[in-house]
Amino acid sequence: MQIDLRTVSITPLRQTYQHIADRQGGDKAASRYIEATMDVQAKDNFHYRPTWDPAHELFDATRTGIVMKDWYALKDPRQLYYGTYTQARARMQETAEADFDFVETRGLADKYDDAARRTALDFYVPLRHVAWGANMNGAYQCAYGYGTAITQPCLYASMDQLGIAQYLSRLGLLLGNPGDLEAAKHAWLEAPAWQGLRRMVEDSWVVKDWFELFVAQNVVLDGLLFPLAYKEADTALSDKAGPTVSMLTRFQTEWFADACKWVDAVVKTTAAESAGNQQLLSKWYADWRARAIEALGPVAGIALGDGAPAALERCTAALDARMSKSGLAV
Amino acid sequence: MSNVFIALQKNEETRSIVNAIVADNPGAIVNEQPAMVKIDVPDRLVIKKSTVEEEMGRDFDLQELHINLITLTGHIDETDDEFVLSWAH
Repeated sequence: MQIDLRTVSITPLRQTYQHIADRQGGDKAASRYIEATMDVQAKDNFHYRPTWDPAHELFDATRTGIVMKDWYALKDPRQLYYGTYTQARARMQETAEADFDFVETRGLADKYDDAARRTALDFYVPLRHVAWGANMNGAYQCAYGYGTAITQPCLYASMDQLGIAQYLSRLGLLLGNPGDLEAAKHAWLEAPAWQGLRRMVEDSWVVKDWFELFVAQNVVLDGLLFPLAYKEADTALSDKAGPTVSMLTRFQTEWFADACKWVDAVVKTTAAESAGNQQLLSKWYADWRARAIEALGPVAGIALGDGAPAALERCTAALDARMSKSGLAV
Repeated sequence: MSNVFIALQKNEETRSIVNAIVADNPGAIVNEQPAMVKIDVPDRLVIKKSTVEEEMGRDFDLQELHINLITLTGHIDETDDEFVLSWAH
């Protein structure tokens, strides 16, 4: 008996969906990200306007002052869709868990210098309320934004911020005790140093224009707070007491580097679309930048003491450089 | 003047690598076969880390290429930034 081995090549009738082929000009294989993102936003067959906002459609591109010919131009360079997003975060989370585990099993938290512990608890734990505010804002951008290319990563950022709030709570529990979380909430609500930042966070919750909120939260507040908290303050603490806290805040550091790629790309594409967009973005950036610097001053003082103004200046200069590279008038 | 080629498994990851090769090598001839993509280029084929990263949207170590590599011809010149196939000594 003889057996013939042969391969049969079956050419697929089409490489991708028609609407994707129309966009990329030809029927060729598209990435999963593109297929899971392009034209996913529901836009047709909504017969009635929402009763709570009859001036707009349910999903309406005019809920912001920013105008885009094609909202799907705001692609995420990280190409995160649900599958890649969960995988990427699972990897980061595994590392973070291992770090927490390491600190716990080696008793590093118990050996940590007491003065530095106080600083870390006073500075980092109240920030979980800021992260929760960012979680709210991300959800708002997703709810009222237009086009899956932008609303999708907004919601991912929102969920990441919730995770960051939880990591900060765990940092508080590991370096301190449940009482320290209570004390941090009390500081957030009462202590004078935190009131400027609290006012800024709470004011951001009532910003109507979702793209302005994107600038206020993702560009300005994150852009100043993360380098301040997880670079400047972290370095100061490491110099004094070793890298224990650096390990407990590793997720935040890695997340910010990742998020910057997306935020910069969104700002760049939007600003390049029209002079009107560029002016609006620059105005929002200037407004919120001024507020954030004022709000973060006293907070930076908690972690960095006399070094705070210089540290905040470095963070501001870095953010200005990022934004002017992305096309804003800084 | 003869071709060098590289053959890669056909999957989501190599789709980005193939796109990067096509972008960086104007003379590339892409031959899609079942489960495999073979790319011929006259003289010299270059794979650039930066282009692959742009296509993939994440950091890419050129060594990751070998996970999906089936076969290749040519002398290999490999750095952190570029993977080059050619007949030059």
